[in-house]
Amino acid sequence: MIALLDYDSGNLRSVQKALLKVGADVKVVRQPDEIKDARAVVLPGVGAFDDCVNALQKQDLLEAAKEFIKTGRPFLGICVGYQALFEKSEEFNSCAAGLGLFGGKVVRFQNQPGLKIPQIGWNQIQITREDCPLYKGIKSGSYVYFVHSFFPKPNDLRVVATETSYGETFASSVWRDNVYATQFHPEKSQNIGLQLLKNFVGLAA
Amino acid sequence: MLAKRVIPCLDVHDGKVTRGVQFGKAEAGELRNVGDPVELALRYNEQGADEMVFFDITASAHGRASMVSVIERAADQCFMPLTVGGGIRTVEDMHTMLRAGADKTSINSSALATPDLIRQGAEKFGSQCIVVSIDAKKVAPDRWEVFSHGGRKATGLDAVEWAKKAVALGAGEIVLNSIDADGTKAGFDLVITRRISESVGVPVVASGGAGSLEHMAAVLLEGRADAVLAASIFHYGTYTVGDVKKFLAEKNIPVRL
Repeated sequence: MIALLDYDSGNLRSVQKALLKVGADVKVVRQPDEIKDARAVVLPGVGAFDDCVNALQKQDLLEAAKEFIKTGRPFLGICVGYQALFEKSEEFNSCAAGLGLFGGKVVRFQNQPGLKIPQIGWNQIQITREDCPLYKGIKSGSYVYFVHSFFPKPNDLRVVATETSYGETFASSVWRDNVYATQFHPEKSQNIGLQLLKNFVGLAA
Repeated sequence: MLAKRVIPCLDVHDGKVTRGVQFGKAEAGELRNVGDPVELALRYNEQGADEMVFFDITASAHGRASMVSVIERAADQCFMPLTVGGGIRTVEDMHTMLRAGADKTSINSSALATPDLIRQGAEKFGSQCIVVSIDAKKVAPDRWEVFSHGGRKATGLDAVEWAKKAVALGAGEIVLNSIDADGTKAGFDLVITRRISESVGVPVVASGGAGSLEHMAAVLLEGRADAVLAASIFHYGTYTVGDVKKFLAEKNIPVRL
């Protein structure tokens, strides 16, 4: 069973349906003790960093996620669920502390003439870690769907699995051991996204 | 590189896709039924649409409920971004649609009546969820006025000023629909599209007037739009989404093929 953390994130249903589509046995969970038996955990997310982190904390899901990751089982963070794995965000003078699993903070795109923020739409991923199991069968340069104004800046560049350019080059996904996280939305990225989720579900088997 | 988006729009009336010839005719009963929204959405999904807009033109509670089910069914089968517009008046309405599987909610008349709705929605769900749709009509050689209620009611607001205000309040995207061009297939209004696109820091989706492949290219290049939205040319099979993207790619416009 793959546990999908429910803290009223906007994209919960889409992630659930996409996981079902690739054959996963998904359970939407709201209680920390419900994830103990999961083979893998998915943390969806859309919207603001503080809202996400605070909502997770309120349901004691933040600590539970941390404990789960320690067990070595696969974990996938999506969008704000990716950002929440970092130490902190500079969004709206954010004061919430993220999971701190990765060193670094979440920053906003630099304003530049002609650069629209948020980045909304399909952009390409350059795969920097060809060995990352999430990208099995996915070509570098594939288009995936992004909706965001902020992105994490990992201190340790070795964790960067893909890069994307939008005004500047940023880490569009990271990977370390059993933890995977994407700034883009695989659940909205049609076949490429479904392939990625299938790869993740395969890790949980 | 970020791709320019091609977005089919589905006007939904009581759970069915329709297409009025021009603004206001839907209410007059001049609707042409073109099918099941989810079936059409799936077809566009296969053609490589970058996103889909569902626009509820039913003015009843019953229609509203059927819209939720349309979004749910579409979201279950189309793994791409979905926007829903029409009849969204409160933060609770937005929440209902987002929970049903929409990624963005589009507001128009309700934002004009209560501009603070933009701010409330952006604070609760993030700017990326809040699209402000603007119906603009050229009223003088150099002035475009915002109309509400499906293009029937003049507001006295200048379209560029309203777009800027909407973005300042938290809109994450602007859909600009030209009332003059809508349904005519004579091409987008390039001047106002460009003006708004250059005045705001968020993406602008051009809508209304798409009749040919050249029109699409023109509004992305000269009009500086970030995306094109069209209904009839896709519904009636004049072009597929794939045809449009292929043409744009030949013009060196970045698209996801």
